[in-house]
Amino acid sequence: MSDSAPTTQDERVLPEHPPVTDWLHDFDHTDPRWTDNPFPIWDDIRSASPVVHTKRFQGCYLPTSYEAVKQIAHDTEHFSSRRVVVRDERPEVQRNAAPPITSDPPEHKPAKQLLLPPFTPDAMKRLEPRVRAICNELIDEFIADGGCDAAARYTKHIPVRAICHMLGIPEKDGDLFVRWIHMILELGIKNEVMLKQAVGEMTEYFAGHIEARKQRPTDDLISTLMNAKDKSGQPLEDSHVLGSLRLLLIAGIDTTWSAIGASLWHLAKTPADRERLVKEPRLMPAAVEELLRAYSPVTMAREVMKETTIAGCPMKPGNMVLLSFPAANRDPAVFPDADKVMIDRQNNPHAAFGLGIHRCVGSNLARMEMTVALEEWLKRIPDFRLDPAGRVAWSEGTVRGPRQLPILFG
Amino acid sequence: MSGKLRVRVDQDKCQGHARCKQLAPELFDLDEYGNAHEHGDGTVPAGLEDKAWLAKSNCPEIAIEVIEE
Repeated sequence: MSDSAPTTQDERVLPEHPPVTDWLHDFDHTDPRWTDNPFPIWDDIRSASPVVHTKRFQGCYLPTSYEAVKQIAHDTEHFSSRRVVVRDERPEVQRNAAPPITSDPPEHKPAKQLLLPPFTPDAMKRLEPRVRAICNELIDEFIADGGCDAAARYTKHIPVRAICHMLGIPEKDGDLFVRWIHMILELGIKNEVMLKQAVGEMTEYFAGHIEARKQRPTDDLISTLMNAKDKSGQPLEDSHVLGSLRLLLIAGIDTTWSAIGASLWHLAKTPADRERLVKEPRLMPAAVEELLRAYSPVTMAREVMKETTIAGCPMKPGNMVLLSFPAANRDPAVFPDADKVMIDRQNNPHAAFGLGIHRCVGSNLARMEMTVALEEWLKRIPDFRLDPAGRVAWSEGTVRGPRQLPILFG
Repeated sequence: MSGKLRVRVDQDKCQGHARCKQLAPELFDLDEYGNAHEHGDGTVPAGLEDKAWLAKSNCPEIAIEVIEE
């Protein structure tokens, strides 16, 4: 749990979930065993059936084969993105919730086109020096200590500071964002009050920044969105700008925090891979893709809109789909030795950033941040391991990564 | 391998993962949205054949075709 977690008194509005005893007919992605180690659970489910169903969450399917996940991700006729998190409750669908991630065709494409140019690989190259500096500023703070909680002191801060830099808002506001995201993506799965509170606070925060830029335009991403025109040449409504800003924050922070953290966790407990990456830095691009595959942080959701059949499973409207890209990436039908991390894996068409029209708009940013964060860490701390006296804690729900990662150096 | 190779990106399938550009920058270009297309007419210069196949096998959208001529 994040150290900036809200007070506990209003954390649990809905009843606690009973433990899962039958993963094939009653799965639950908030069960502590899923949180700690989901891989054997997915393997067991996949070998029994590529798509399973639970009555929890008011009805939800779970595809675990790459093929089933791909089919659903590509099928915008039967599956909607209007709700992208599987929760106990189904909050009312908001217009302009977080375009384009919550948009379906035909609104999706124009909303996405607006966001793509600032996130191309070339644009990320321009941001890279700032990210390298952020990493080194963070390492400076703990390198003399002989160890640290790498999740709290390092991985957590890199994406949030980078996105603040892009948006043109103070990097010091990062802690506020981390708190909102924890409320929306973790606590908010079972607590609608907390979800609404966080979305409300975030919207108010950005409304202030939009107002300020109406008086005094800037050259950051917030102004870029404010100056963007829709298909008919009109400026975007404020609600669209706000929705996209909410998306960039929510999607851009704990996702990459998780990916960097899981990568450091792997390297801390796998000396052979760590030493090889130090000796052969040219392996980094392949290693980053493999770590993305093996420890994909992001599980998305869809809502069934029209009855259809996927991998032999009839899917009925009104149910959600837990769209597990992480489980797809562990499917041995596509990835030989899927449960092994091979940092020089050659054929790796992983789906960590999704498949189809909703491919993560920030994938180039995430890759750059992961690469830089690992490179700078390995340069300055080439020898490190998990602290046997500490405990690694993983986040619950939609985005999986270490939230507590005690590491010793040297 | 006998003849020359050509690569082609299916514009309807490409979603801008940019894996091809990273693996084979000589063979692919990205547009202002980050979507890929083959460089020039897609002809693969001698010595870059492996990169062409690598780009194809890493594309999550199966958008890359390698044509043996």
